[in-house]
Amino acid sequence: MMSVGAPKGLPSSGQKPITEMIHPLSAVEEPLSPAPEVTVNAGGDKDTGLTNGTPVETSSPASVSSLFNRLQLDDDLDGDASTETRDLFVTVDDPKKHVSTMETYITYRVSTKTTRIEFDLPEYCVRRRYQDFDWLRIKLEDSQPTHLIPPLPEKFVMKGVVDRFSEEFVETRMKALDKFLKRVADHPVLSFNPHFNAFLTAKDLNKRQGLALLTKVGESVKYVAGGYKLRARPAEYASMGDYLDTFSGKLGTMDRIAQRIVKEQSEYLTELREYGTVYSSWAAVEEELQRPLEGVAGSVSTCCRALEDLSENISQDFLPVLREYVLYIESMKNVLRKRDQCQAEYEGRLEAAVLRRQEDRTPIPAEVEKCQDKVECFNADLKADWERWQRNKRQDFKQILTGMADKNISYYEKVSFFLIRSREELEGS
Amino acid sequence: MMADSGTDCGSTEEVAVIGNTDISSTEAENNLRNTMVEKGTSLLKKLEMNVSEAEKRTGKNSVNMQETYTVYLIETRPADSGSDGSTPVPDMLWRRYSEFELLRTYLLVTYPFIIIPPLPEKRAEFVWHKLSADNLDPDFVERRRVGLENFLLRVASHPLLSNDKIFFLFLTDEKGWRDAVLETGFQDKVDSRLKSLSASFRVKNPDKRFTALKQYSDELNTAISQLLRIRARVADRLYGVYKVHGNYGRVFSEWSAIEKEMGDGLQSAGHHMDTYAASIDDILEEEEHYADQLKEYLFYTEAVRSVCRKHELIQYELEMAAQDLTYKKQQREELATGTVRVFSLKGMTSKLFGQESQEQREQKLMALEQDIKEGEELLKEKNQECHEFVQSAWKDIERFKEQKDRDLREALISYAIMQISMCKKGIQVWSNAKECFSKM
Repeated sequence: MMSVGAPKGLPSSGQKPITEMIHPLSAVEEPLSPAPEVTVNAGGDKDTGLTNGTPVETSSPASVSSLFNRLQLDDDLDGDASTETRDLFVTVDDPKKHVSTMETYITYRVSTKTTRIEFDLPEYCVRRRYQDFDWLRIKLEDSQPTHLIPPLPEKFVMKGVVDRFSEEFVETRMKALDKFLKRVADHPVLSFNPHFNAFLTAKDLNKRQGLALLTKVGESVKYVAGGYKLRARPAEYASMGDYLDTFSGKLGTMDRIAQRIVKEQSEYLTELREYGTVYSSWAAVEEELQRPLEGVAGSVSTCCRALEDLSENISQDFLPVLREYVLYIESMKNVLRKRDQCQAEYEGRLEAAVLRRQEDRTPIPAEVEKCQDKVECFNADLKADWERWQRNKRQDFKQILTGMADKNISYYEKVSFFLIRSREELEGS
Repeated sequence: MMADSGTDCGSTEEVAVIGNTDISSTEAENNLRNTMVEKGTSLLKKLEMNVSEAEKRTGKNSVNMQETYTVYLIETRPADSGSDGSTPVPDMLWRRYSEFELLRTYLLVTYPFIIIPPLPEKRAEFVWHKLSADNLDPDFVERRRVGLENFLLRVASHPLLSNDKIFFLFLTDEKGWRDAVLETGFQDKVDSRLKSLSASFRVKNPDKRFTALKQYSDELNTAISQLLRIRARVADRLYGVYKVHGNYGRVFSEWSAIEKEMGDGLQSAGHHMDTYAASIDDILEEEEHYADQLKEYLFYTEAVRSVCRKHELIQYELEMAAQDLTYKKQQREELATGTVRVFSLKGMTSKLFGQESQEQREQKLMALEQDIKEGEELLKEKNQECHEFVQSAWKDIERFKEQKDRDLREALISYAIMQISMCKKGIQVWSNAKECFSKM
């Protein structure tokens, strides 16, 4: 996973410290240097030869070949991109609760550091709420239909079951949002998306959202015409689909196992606590044995505390990643389906054109060739994203599984440390 | 302060407690045995003993019904090896649990001032779900075998009990022992003892030390019962935690099938998860040994309690005898002086129906004098009995207290060692798994 620590700190020139920044969602004009007004090339792709929705103003490469070039520069088998090639760093932190008459919600600080010319400034700092991330994801999906968009943590949480404002929940969600942005920032195509740019830089995303909402109806890009059905998904993509289905199943199983472990640990903890108190009450009626018994009670306490840490790790670090990947898989399956549709359209049009040519020598229209281009581009994008996704997946799972092992080792180390000391005391006295 | 009964020629050698680094439960057992042998009674000096095997038998019981029961093999051999340095062939006999119970009852009755070592439990209690509560379960039988051996060693290492003839016959005479023990006529005392246990009576001047001891015994009983009960629940829960991890083993294996680079690492990690899940069986089995050590002292509290009760009974009888004598003396005074100080039916009737004759009165006085003489003898006896009981009992109680502190401390140490070992295994397994993950 290509990840970097938070930017070292905002420069004092040109920008106010966060505490003095007015909430970006407020109507008051901010004294900040305004972000460039980026016009989004909303829709209208049908006429241009561009297939990846890149805005006209930017100089980012539109062709597939330079896309591959960029991929080769970025990618590293271990998943850690060398910092020389990385030129965009994004971090999410500092959650804050906002209470208004209408609602209560959390905003997060989104900090950006970049050398890209698409950005006017080298650093940005804005506050965003979940809604804004959701907006971004939808825009990305619409404007980059051939690409896999990373997932967001679940939007809705059952009130009463989960406390939306508990430290744990906010912390978990924030990590997921951070991951989301980092994944987008690391993507060679998505990171140049104007909506992403706006998200990172605009002081008033709300206005932008409002505008976007108004035009949303007309804007909806039908990348692919409906009504075509693919005869057979090529083997390459079929095996991807199979892999995703099986993997998704395994993730579900692991989720259930992890939850069960947490439950069993919690019940074990309950009994342990009582166990410890019994040793203490026994110690109270003894003379010679008082200290040894208190020692055992102490060991049990240590065990309890260490166990709490262990369970917390499963809930906070392990399970969220499993769930994120389930969402990721759904996203990927969607992309596969869209690809199928794209191919189906091409094949359909081609078939019709070939028949027409046979009938009355009408040449194959340019449209059909454009469709072929679309399919090829889509396939290339998808394969690149698949490879990237596989690498990320490997890194992520390596990390959480190693983390799980570490936490367990740490648990046993904590407990045995105390026990060894206890035993020395017991034998010595 | 080392207890010394003075009735045996046993030594009062210091016990060398060997501090082991990692000892298994069987080694811990050996340590205990060695401790007892080193302490040395004359019996143990000349005879080695153990309960080496258990076997199932079927036969007809007292109501002529077929039953299956277990017998245990008691082996004894001279402590010194033969002159040629070879280990002599042991003497062997088979005993069933009920015979051990008979022996113990005999000891309880014959030495009421001694805290008699307890037998292992008749039925499995404080079990956690995995363990069988069935008396014929091999694990239970095995633990019982160990408990019975422990009982014999405890008796054999007691300064007074080890010299008992019936105990010796129990170890050496398979057929004749039963008759011998019945001939002692101890059952007669059993009845009165049972009565003493169930009767509720009030002692006017209780011995504070015994009161305190009884209270402590009750508190210890409560503490250990609670402990054993919760320990069983903790074991249950821990079992659950470990076993669920076994599911990771299966899912990693299935997942590894669809992966290329990650496959090997996942597959191996899965095996480690299986190992982890399986390891809890041995861990908990070993912990049963700790539970057994606690159980012994739980049952010991009952023995302590019965010594206290016996003392209460003796004290009560003493007080009754004294009270009775006082009353008779008062009666004599009354008769002699003609004054009625104490209300009596006789006194009232004589008032109502006229005085007795001089002759009758003198006859009564003589009988009363006889009674008083006997009463004084009885009081002297009871006093003596009580005094001796308290002396002997207290000696044994001191011995027991030291033994208890020593044994329980050892038990806690070996429990800590078990837990440390469990942690080490855990670290090992998860380190192995971590290595597999890092190779993914």
